[in-house]
Parts: sequence; C-alpha cells; structure tokens
Amino acid sequence: MSINGKAYIVGAYEHPTRKADDKSVAQLHAEVAFGALQDAGLSKDDIDGYFCTGAAPGLGPLNMADYLGLTKLRHLDSTDVGGSSYVLHVGHAAEAIALGLCDVALVTLAGRPRAEAMATGTAPRTWGANVPDDPFEMVYGRTVANVYAMCAMRHMHEFGTTSEQLAWIKVAASHHAQWNEHAMLRKVVTVEDVVNSPMVSDPLHRLDCCVISDGGGALIITRPEIAKSLKRPLVKVKGHGEATKNQNAGYTDVTFSGARWSGPRAFEEAGVTPQDIQYASIYDSFTITVLMQLEDLGFCEKGQGGKFVSDGNLISGVGKLPFNTDGGGLCNNHPANRGGMTKVIEAVRQLRGEAHPKVQVPGCTLALAHGTGGLLGTRHGSATVILERE
Amino acid sequence: MATPASNRTLPAIQVDPTNKPYFDAAREGRLLIGLCKDTNKHFWYPRGCSPFTLSNNVELVQAKGTGTIYTYTVMRTKEPYCVAYVELDEGVRVFTNIVDCDLDSLKIGQKVKVVFKPTQGDSPPATMFTPA
Repeated sequence: MSINGKAYIVGAYEHPTRKADDKSVAQLHAEVAFGALQDAGLSKDDIDGYFCTGAAPGLGPLNMADYLGLTKLRHLDSTDVGGSSYVLHVGHAAEAIALGLCDVALVTLAGRPRAEAMATGTAPRTWGANVPDDPFEMVYGRTVANVYAMCAMRHMHEFGTTSEQLAWIKVAASHHAQWNEHAMLRKVVTVEDVVNSPMVSDPLHRLDCCVISDGGGALIITRPEIAKSLKRPLVKVKGHGEATKNQNAGYTDVTFSGARWSGPRAFEEAGVTPQDIQYASIYDSFTITVLMQLEDLGFCEKGQGGKFVSDGNLISGVGKLPFNTDGGGLCNNHPANRGGMTKVIEAVRQLRGEAHPKVQVPGCTLALAHGTGGLLGTRHGSATVILERE
Repeated sequence: MATPASNRTLPAIQVDPTNKPYFDAAREGRLLIGLCKDTNKHFWYPRGCSPFTLSNNVELVQAKGTGTIYTYTVMRTKEPYCVAYVELDEGVRVFTNIVDCDLDSLKIGQKVKVVFKPTQGDSPPATMFTPA
C-alpha cells in the first residue's frame, strides 16, 4: 500500500516561545494543539487520532488525551525515535488515515529543557532503565555532543571534510534566521565566527551545535475529502521512509546515517528524485548531522557534502538547495531537544508560500523534511517525508 | 600545547545478570568480547543473544586487548576527556575512553592497548585504552 496522496497536512503551528518559565509541559502541548487546530480550521472534537512521544508527560497519549480533553480518539501512536519522531509520525498518520483508522490526526511536541537548565549536549544522559548498551557506554561520559563529534572526526579523516565546510551550514542557517523574529540567534555569522567559537568536542565548536529551546509544535493531518473542504493550501503527503541505524553488532561505520535507507524509501513512494526537491528541511542538531544527511539522501555524492554546502549553497535565493529557512535548530528553535517537528512545519510554510518573503522559495511545490533522532554515532532513528503543494 | 587526560571520577556501572560475566572478567584485568557460535563471528557489546542469528548460542572469549583508534573526540570540559571507538584486533569497534596520555597528540589509526580504571563504590572497573 502506498500513502502517496492519501493524506494532507492541514494544520501546522510552532509555539513562539523559546523559554517557557511560566508554563508546564502539558500546557505547552495544549497551546500547540490549539494553534494547529486554528490554523487548519478544525476543532478539538474533530481529532480521532493522536500522536506523541516519550517527551509527553506520563504515559504519553493517556495523560495527554486527558489533559487536552480528547474524547473521540480511536487511533494512538507514541512511537519514540527521538527528534525524528515527528517526521515519522507524519508517515504513520498518513498510513493510519489511508487504512481508515482515523480521519483527523493530531501530532504534538512540547518541552522546556531551557527553563529547566538542562545541559542537553554536554552532560551524560540516557533514556530509561535497563538499557542494555548503557553499561558499555555511560561510564565513558557519553554525551550527545561527543557522539556526533566522533562522526565528524571520522568523516574528516575519510573524506577530507573541513571545519570551514561544516561552518557554512551554520552560516546558511544564520542568513535565514535573521528574518525570523522568533529565532533565538538572529545574528548573521561568518565561517570565521564558527571556527573561532569555543571548542565543545573536537572538531565541533559551539556554533556547530543547535540551540537549546523550550516550546514545541503541532501538526494536523487528515484525509483528502476533509483537506479539500478546508480553506488552507493543500499540502499532500507524497512519500515516507523510516529506518534505524546502530552499531551493527560492533562493526559500526559512523560516516553515514539511516537517511541512506529512509531516503530512498520516501523517494520511491513519492516517485521523485533528490534533484526534484525545491526546498529541504534537514535535521540540524549539529552541522555534521546536516552534512551527512545531505549525502545519504542523495543530494550529493558520499563524501562530497563539504563541497556541496560551501559558498552558500544552502542559502535561499543564493544556492541550489535552500534548507531550514526558519533558521533551523542551529539558529531558530530545537524545542524539547527534538527538531523533527519544526522541520515539518517549515516545509509546510514553504509549500504554502507562507515562509518569510526573504527566504520563500518561489513556486515551491515539492519539499522534503528529514529527521535524525537519538545519537548519530551510536543508534538513531531516521525518518524522511516528501510533501507536495497541490 | 598539551592537554593531559584528566583522572575524572567514573560513575558506577549498572551490572545486570546477563552482562555480569563480562564485568567479573574485567575485575581480573581480562577483556572479553562476544562470540556467536552459530556463525563464529565476534560481536560487541556483550549480550545474551547473537545479533547475527538471535539464538543464545553465544559465549564470551578473551580478546588480545590491542587495537587502533577508529575515531575519537576530546570533550573540552573542565576535566577534558577523550571518547573513542577503538577497533580491536578481532575486528569489533568498542565505545571507550583513551586515557593516560596527551589528549592533543591522539590520531585516528593510532595503536592502543587495554587498561582497566576503577569506578565508584563496588562497581567493576571501566574498560579503557591507552597508546600502545
């Protein structure tokens, strides 16, 4: 079964806050859900499918359905693959809709790591108890930053990628963020600014890392008949792919990501190629994340990512592949340490023609959103969606 | 400029009934790795099933304790430390720390050998590596 054309994204909302001192996580979920419903022109009781992750309080759908007053639910999905979850949820929602399991799906994400002063990338952290790999990794001070840094170090070793090339990714994001009034970092930076920022974990500098922000976002996905009855531009789900990559029983290769598998699945279902994509939301927890995913999605040859991102090639209006025109996680927002939601939201804005005029891709009809969740160099989820303006 | 590896305090390791034999050997200064007896292939990290066949026809076998740095990074915290994947001579790549060295002198491909470092309380030692 293909989901191509079976579902549409009709609501998309990004919470404007970046620091939520005065709001609970559950309340942030409520606010993004309400925002997405308003955007779609639907109401709470239209929702009969609900999607969230372990980032939602309690037993996800149970506590959230209670708080949000969702009484009509007949389909639930709390698949948690870290920050890539919300890209994956778009695919799962389209599948559920295609099977008739629900008519209107709500996906929410919210969190407040910044208000809680969480050292997201630099303090060792794990997810839950009885994790079988923890006894073999946590004692070594495994952090988000150092696991991604090891990927960058090996990529540089094998392919000659440089810090200056990685820096271009941040530079491009900052060019976009200057136009986003909600972005955390609106200052345009240079390659020199990035490579001269303090080293966090060799070879990643502070400006190679995404922001830590509070807030969240929500999406409403529905079937074609309902989408066409609403007033919003039609954004069709055209293809979806998901994968997980890990240490491969000890024979790990940290120079590629699960995008190598999820990407082709999405392209095949959509019936398009990387060359057809006019705008790409690429997961940007770190600059190296972007570079590896661009290669693995087929936007350039493996190992040529450094050359591809150089000289502003990711800047809207300048380069060949405009990416993360909201400023991305690198400059705008990485709510709850999970960037997949905002990746989908900015792709929807682009397809609707509602991105900031300074970064809007003219006549944008085909976009991709891709997420990497978990840890690039150990085990991660990978999800790709391809969306089309109808 | 040299950055000596810090002697940071290592947290306790959560030993469970399945991985206990690995950590018992570590207490004796021996490095063990997984062997799938269905396929005769080594695997990492140690576990009670074969990641190749899913059967429990597995055992822990002694590794030489030498290898090379596959990739690494130096975490530039107050107490800098090196996180690495070391490729053992047996072929598996092990998540670890490189210790007792100048962290600024490390290179991918460099030869290393195993050392065991004490952790907190009664917890078993951590399996680490140092330049050979």
